[in-house]
Amino acid sequence: MTTPVNAAPAVPAAAEENALPARSGSRAWKKLKRNKSALFGFLLVAFFVGIAVLAPILPIADPAATSWSAIRKPPSELYWLGSDEIGRDILSRMIWGAQASLLAGVVSVLIAVVVGVPFGLLAGYFGGWTDQIISRITDALLATPFLILAIALAAFLGPSLTNAMIAIGLSATPIFIRLTRGQVLSVKTEDYVEGARAVGLSDVAIMSRYILPNVFAPVLVQATLTVATAIIAEASLSFLGLGQQPPDPSWGSMLNVAKNFMTQAPWMAWWPGAAIFLVVLGFNLLGDGLRDALDPRES
Amino acid sequence: MSSDTRDVILEARNLAKRFPVGMKLFGERQSVRAVDGVSLKVHRGETLAVVGESGCGKSTLARLLLRLIDPSEGEVFYGGRNIAALPRAEMRRLRKDLQFVFQDPFSSLNPRMSVGAIIEEPMRVHGLGNAAWRREEVARLLTRVGLRAEFADRYPHEFSGGQRQRIGIARALASGPKVLIGDEPVSALDVSIQAQVINLLEDLKQEYDLTLVLIAHDLAVIRHMSDRVAVMYLGEIVEEGATAALYAAPLHPYTRALMQAIPIPSPRARKAAVKLTGDVPSPLAPPSGCRFHTRCPLADLRCAVDRPALQDVEPGRRVACHHWQRVAKEGTAALAEPEASQAARRRLSLYRDRSERQQNSVPQSES
Repeated sequence: MTTPVNAAPAVPAAAEENALPARSGSRAWKKLKRNKSALFGFLLVAFFVGIAVLAPILPIADPAATSWSAIRKPPSELYWLGSDEIGRDILSRMIWGAQASLLAGVVSVLIAVVVGVPFGLLAGYFGGWTDQIISRITDALLATPFLILAIALAAFLGPSLTNAMIAIGLSATPIFIRLTRGQVLSVKTEDYVEGARAVGLSDVAIMSRYILPNVFAPVLVQATLTVATAIIAEASLSFLGLGQQPPDPSWGSMLNVAKNFMTQAPWMAWWPGAAIFLVVLGFNLLGDGLRDALDPRES
Repeated sequence: MSSDTRDVILEARNLAKRFPVGMKLFGERQSVRAVDGVSLKVHRGETLAVVGESGCGKSTLARLLLRLIDPSEGEVFYGGRNIAALPRAEMRRLRKDLQFVFQDPFSSLNPRMSVGAIIEEPMRVHGLGNAAWRREEVARLLTRVGLRAEFADRYPHEFSGGQRQRIGIARALASGPKVLIGDEPVSALDVSIQAQVINLLEDLKQEYDLTLVLIAHDLAVIRHMSDRVAVMYLGEIVEEGATAALYAAPLHPYTRALMQAIPIPSPRARKAAVKLTGDVPSPLAPPSGCRFHTRCPLADLRCAVDRPALQDVEPGRRVACHHWQRVAKEGTAALAEPEASQAARRRLSLYRDRSERQQNSVPQSES
């Protein structure tokens, strides 16, 4: 009936097969550390996150405390970054403003990921009419300019930082729907997904245990890059008066006030402008670094 | 070969799968007939091999048998039930009994799951044992397929192709299946590893009382492993029979051509007598009549018009050819190792004499 193929015995051969390749460890993290610009981005982001988190315990003035004797003072020993048009300490407002900017950036992206990824997952996994409906709505949303959509939503929901976050989050959602859908389409064709079905897993289990973990990397990269966009969007909305409301500080609203005093007190615009530039740069460099680090094709 | 007296565990009846090609707004939509009217019985405890060129629909057939894809027509019976018509939830439960081993060990394991989780998953899905028992079972399965139990914490990318295929086999065995279908389970591996994995499958088949269905394009591998062989061409089965009988005397000209394509490791072997010319015709527009007639050395007018049915010619032997008697009569001389000629035998004996004399003389000169 059946005869074993030639003389290769299964057991000793298997022992030979037990030679194990060296453990690769966290390759992505090592790659990220080697990438100088990504490391710089990481440090920038870490710095701003640090001051935002430590804002309540740092020895700084009350960001809302006014002083009639210190109106539009240039940087000095008392006011390191100068003071604004009603004598508030700009350093303090910058640090508290970092909280608003980063919070807006991160929360709005979280909203976008939490809403966008599941829809992308459904569209990509099931295809057919589910995909048609979700993708057409996504197309329509993507055709609307990001800021216009955010302004419309912020105007509709009323001006506040929370509503600005919701507006920015919803307008960033289609990016994540489309990205996730595309990734799911490619992962879906892998044998292990068919293998999951062969084992008897349900669609929900396949999506959560097989598809989602394998589309996570590009979503993470996109999220990091979108935080930068969202910070600019929050600053823009605050600049337009649709984000953080006075007297709470935000970089965007600080710039809005500063534009009236460009010649008399340029430092009022310098600091928030530079801060927005640096934090956005930081997130972009970090995002690019993550993309390279998580890409298995590059060594 | 007593396989025909054993009971049937898996049976395909008139199974067909058409894949639509292109989107046409008007007119008829074209479709590829990947599998076209296949009927097949798999007996309990046997190893059935399905062979054919690439693109003949054998992988599609494997997936249809497990209902990884839904058939366009036909039925698949397992345990007396038509699994092609089962509700999804019930089908999922049945997957405990029917498992699959993939061709490519590099894409068939989830890179984000540890080896332990990969092997444990089928047990968890089907609610077998508790966590502690499953952990032990994972260790036992790993050892059984020739890997170390400590590998459970590692991830697939840390292993070689052969090791991954062993992991894939351990996962397939975890739910305690009755039928294991392998879609070219060794063709992606190095030749040296192939034999090991084949022997492993062979051992496991005995140990776990499995029924194996192996999809393959390598006839040499199949010959040693299978009890019966079904040969596919363009979505149809053209010949089916016990391995020994089929290899000794193929009845279909296509089978014969496949056999003659197996290289014979002998310096006396000469080129195959009958060579297949041309490519497999497109399954989009299969030839009329017998699908093989465009490449068949025996084809006549009748073959181009009249489609031969798969007919029983002996117990356990089926063939779909108008001219099978002719193929049987012509035989397959090229399959056996040819006799050495008179001159060659004389040269060989001269050579042996001389080398013997040399061997004997060496120790003498040393002493």
